[in-house]
Amino acid sequence: MSTGAAGFLERYDSVLNALPGDSALRAAAADAFRTVGLPGGTRGRPIEAWKYTSLRALAETKFHRDAAPRHEAETILANLPLLDAPRIVFVDGVLRADLSVMLAPSVMPGAGPASTPSSAFSVARFADQADFGTLTWPDREPMVALNTMLAEDGAILHVPAGHDAGIVQLISIATSDADFHPRHTIRLGENARLALVEIAAGQGAYLLNTVAEIHVADGAALTHVRLQNEAAMAFHVSTTYADVQAGGTYDSFTLNIGARLCRTEVHAQLSGAGAAAHLNAAQLLVGSQHGDFTSVVSHTAPNCQSRQTVKNVLAGRSRGVFQGRIEVARGAQKTDGYQMNQALLLSPHAEIDTKPELEIFADDVKCSHGATVGELDADQMFYLRSRGVPEAEARAILVRAFLTEALDAVTDETIRAWLENAVAGWWEKLAA
Amino acid sequence: MLEIRGLAAAINEKPILKGIDLTVPDGEVHAIMGPNGSGKSTLGYVLSGREDYAVTAGSATFNGIDLLDMEPEARAAAGLFLAFQAPIELPGVNNANFLRTALNAIRRSRGESELDAVQFLKLARAEAKRLAMPDDMLKRNVNVGFSGGEKKRNEVLQMALLRPKLAILDETDSGLDIDALKIVADGVNALRGPEFSALVITHHQRLLDHLVPNRVHVLLNGQIVRSGGPELAKELEKRGYGDLIAEAA
Repeated sequence: MSTGAAGFLERYDSVLNALPGDSALRAAAADAFRTVGLPGGTRGRPIEAWKYTSLRALAETKFHRDAAPRHEAETILANLPLLDAPRIVFVDGVLRADLSVMLAPSVMPGAGPASTPSSAFSVARFADQADFGTLTWPDREPMVALNTMLAEDGAILHVPAGHDAGIVQLISIATSDADFHPRHTIRLGENARLALVEIAAGQGAYLLNTVAEIHVADGAALTHVRLQNEAAMAFHVSTTYADVQAGGTYDSFTLNIGARLCRTEVHAQLSGAGAAAHLNAAQLLVGSQHGDFTSVVSHTAPNCQSRQTVKNVLAGRSRGVFQGRIEVARGAQKTDGYQMNQALLLSPHAEIDTKPELEIFADDVKCSHGATVGELDADQMFYLRSRGVPEAEARAILVRAFLTEALDAVTDETIRAWLENAVAGWWEKLAA
Repeated sequence: MLEIRGLAAAINEKPILKGIDLTVPDGEVHAIMGPNGSGKSTLGYVLSGREDYAVTAGSATFNGIDLLDMEPEARAAAGLFLAFQAPIELPGVNNANFLRTALNAIRRSRGESELDAVQFLKLARAEAKRLAMPDDMLKRNVNVGFSGGEKKRNEVLQMALLRPKLAILDETDSGLDIDALKIVADGVNALRGPEFSALVITHHQRLLDHLVPNRVHVLLNGQIVRSGGPELAKELEKRGYGDLIAEAA
């Protein structure tokens, strides 16, 4: 089997008859992917949206789709920082009901009971009822085209109007050197609430290429927290489309720690008056890791608010990328948009690339953006050390302080504490 | 306690200290006075291990151990404390967490057990009360949004909690009103004893009324040009440094 775009297209040709859902949509995605290729790959065309992130290494990696799992999913799962809440577990891109913990056995046969009962949501499988939604543009996003072409499974999570589903965990575990393309759909009915906690982890040299489509109806609120802690040799690409209706909130926080290359791309559309989107993130990178957080916020209705605080802590020869675009449509008056990207460089060899873009077609708006790059403050380090705090601990305190503004935006205390543990764990690994 | 011999130091290759000799015996409080730019703060920084100062000659020993070879945190663990002239702000760092981290780091190095949050807060609240600090100063970020006087009191609070053997107070009195000055002096006096010494850097006689020194030294252009008893401070207050500067020239 070939590597790169050709390899993925060959696979598509061999499995297309077995794939669920709209075959015409898949064929269109395959055409788009054939034309565009992998960004940075030898046959790929240069794409502005991928200016700072090249997938050449991915294009040169051989993925063995039919390889037997080399690692135990159960062991990896047991080592994850799980919350005491329902969980939907995917292993190598396929739903594993036996590892999932749910309340509604009729929805997911074989899943265990949850310790915190919840009947406020339902889950279906993409494999059973392929739902490609309406929010994606595979012709503009090659990795979304690739996902649309090859997606086999995913979760279709629905919270009916007026229900509060509490916390639900969506977990991806990779156990073999293959490529996975999960396709998730999250729908919140009017005034519904959900805290979706995603964890991505695994072992091996794999590709996880997720697409999620999120619909937040009037007055609904989705908290979306993600911990990306993939294997050191893994590629992680995740594209999220969120559509937020009037008075609804999409409040997200992404913590990128793992993978050799990670691209988190979020498209948030504020399409009803008074909608809000918070796209906060922290990237903690070491060695030669590459982490890219790219966002597009479209204000298409009046009186909407968007907030983005993205913090990068970069050690070794790591490279962080932040691209943030705020689009304000003609009728989106009283838009309030804010974007801040900050980088803390812990090494002279680390690098950050920042590209903010504002595209404003309304005349009564408030939009601002800013970016800072710095090192640890020598005065602050000396102050802490002069109080007896060892150097490594002093650094950890200042890095944690740097992340505070982004982490404090996570209002759920359980989830914030959980994220802080992940940050502390990252730091301990770095110091070791 | 502290023995300084021929100490010379430079920053960016510019000599600041030019051969300091100073001995602070156990249990004594010594004052360092002198005009701006004479090297007073530099002496405090060099003794506590700030990295941007290069020691070019001389020695400093603390209870017989070579101070200049040690990392700043090791000096703190050995019992040295510097109250900063301009305390550093730490946005995003809670003051109580900062104080507990520092105290537990020092306690670990002394082989003592660490204090948990409850034990620590009890202790910190008691000390804060003695310094007439409002409780909410423990909840705020370190020195962020503190007034000048609050910052200085926060330094004295750290000293009270860490219980150093040698405290260097770098103009801890500047920016304080009379009441605050007395509280700070009382904070230092409370620690006085045969195993505590202090080096008090100040511009004013005022602090020394409340914190009576055993010796007063005048630092001028990187050297100690005169030493004497507490009466020297009174004399300087009256006559200024003019005569000494003329003598040195």
